[in-house]
Amino acid sequence: MPITKRDVEKIAELAHLELTEEEKERFTVQLAAIVAYVEKLNELDTTDVSPMAHAGREERADYAQRDDEVGEGLGQERALGNAPDPARGYFRVPRVIEEG
Amino acid sequence: MDLIGLTVDRLHEALRTGTTSVREVCVRTFERIEALNERLGVFLTLNEDEALRRAEALDRDLARGEWRPLLGVPIAIKDNICTRGLRTTCASKILRNFVPPYHATAVERLLEAGAIIIGKTNCDEFAMGSSNENSAFGVVRNPWDLERVPGGSSGGSGAAVAADLCVVALGSDTGGSVRLPAAFCGVVGLKPTYGRVSRYGLVAYGSSLDQIGPITKTVADAARVLQVIAGRDPRDSTSSNHPVPDYVAALNGEIRGLRLGVPREYFGPGLDEEVKTAVWQAIHRFADLGAEIVEIRLPHTEYAIACYYIIATAEASSNLARYDGVRYGYRAEGARTLREMYRRTRQEGFGAEVKRRIMLGTYVLSAGYYDAYYLKALKVRTLIERDFREAFTRCDLIVGPTSPTVAFRLGEKTEDPLAMYLSDIYTIMANLAAIPAISIPIGLSREGLPIGLQLHARHFGEATLLRAAHAYEQAFPFTHRPPL
Repeated sequence: MPITKRDVEKIAELAHLELTEEEKERFTVQLAAIVAYVEKLNELDTTDVSPMAHAGREERADYAQRDDEVGEGLGQERALGNAPDPARGYFRVPRVIEEG
Repeated sequence: MDLIGLTVDRLHEALRTGTTSVREVCVRTFERIEALNERLGVFLTLNEDEALRRAEALDRDLARGEWRPLLGVPIAIKDNICTRGLRTTCASKILRNFVPPYHATAVERLLEAGAIIIGKTNCDEFAMGSSNENSAFGVVRNPWDLERVPGGSSGGSGAAVAADLCVVALGSDTGGSVRLPAAFCGVVGLKPTYGRVSRYGLVAYGSSLDQIGPITKTVADAARVLQVIAGRDPRDSTSSNHPVPDYVAALNGEIRGLRLGVPREYFGPGLDEEVKTAVWQAIHRFADLGAEIVEIRLPHTEYAIACYYIIATAEASSNLARYDGVRYGYRAEGARTLREMYRRTRQEGFGAEVKRRIMLGTYVLSAGYYDAYYLKALKVRTLIERDFREAFTRCDLIVGPTSPTVAFRLGEKTEDPLAMYLSDIYTIMANLAAIPAISIPIGLSREGLPIGLQLHARHFGEATLLRAAHAYEQAFPFTHRPPL
């Protein structure tokens, strides 16, 4: 299905991106070309194929399990070390609830 | 101590015999960086003071006879791998001032092995790109021809090794980002099996595809670095317990009887004639060394790029949701509401390619399109992995080109994202199938640009991969250096 400027605006909304008019125009053309290309996958019949989120799992079967032990965390000071606007030990942000 | 072509082996020999010191090598390295970095655009951040302090401490260790596997080795780290106290930007405006409070596990292990971090290398923003032109801090130039790209996304790491601004470097490889710069810059690049190296501290792009790998001047050095960084890490649940063999001991030169599969699909239209000729010559050389050449099929090759760009962008759109201006990184000024702050922070902080991938990933995951695109791609991934499993019943390694062309010109593909994506045609399959792959230099084109050969192995088959690459390198060493 071809991508329209309206689609691009909707996707940008979902992705929390504020695009300029110029970006909207450009992305509409570029995303349409990319989506048309990836539709190539529809040439393949995948009716009985199961999806694979991670490849090579059989070989890695021993992965992931460890005891859940309490370790040392970053601590408040270091966790806030890169914050753009820390205040009294918190991350300060603009107003959350928008005025109606 | 001459830095040109300097490897871990030669450095260690010089340190053993006392003809140089760790400090001297370190000082020389920074002199060379000073002379060349402005032209090449390789380093985003240098670690000079700390590196020199550490070099002196390592010289004292050496005097006491304390030896370590990478003692005194100057290493460059791609700027999407976290280094405690050393700025890590992902070549993005959004992380311009980010100073990680911890080391990536791979970095921690390199430091324990005695390596010296000399700086952080330029790359495509968040590792998204094939040419290093997507960096927010300027392009990297190919040391072999300053008007050409070094390949991406680990272009700074590839160029740093090629230009002898370090002995070894770390890159990351989500769709070829270690191997493509290695091929374009005439050096060795290894992408390990998914799960072989911990991803802890590697800034996430496509989490089911990402893997840290070494970029080096020789296969032996790649083996040495992998030896240090491989293995289970409790902080990465996808890292594997699979035993880590002795990769250096595996380099015994023996490849007689090894079956090398040549996939017909890797030699189709789009492959440059000169690259094709060089790769076939290398395949014949492998046969001369005693390998058996078998023709194989990877029938889903033509679907790999479409499959990859759906899966990678879907994962990226989710991973990059964290850059919202709240906890770290850039925040847009003057927003009146939280939502406005998110949107403007991301608008101002991300570059065009990152936005494009977030958009594509959001689209393929969105209601109404999820099954048609994302789920479909996951199914095709199954078919691609199956291709490799079947191929590996007939051969031990798969051989082909790393890239369809040699390094292209700066600006040549920036206006056409799809054309840029097609540079990854031969490298992305290994990420989708989670298998290891290596790129080694096999010669120069008529214009004097490096050509890379790629080998793939089974899951956790790095020892075989390195053994074959090393045997080739010993028999047909690549001795050219860039004309800097």
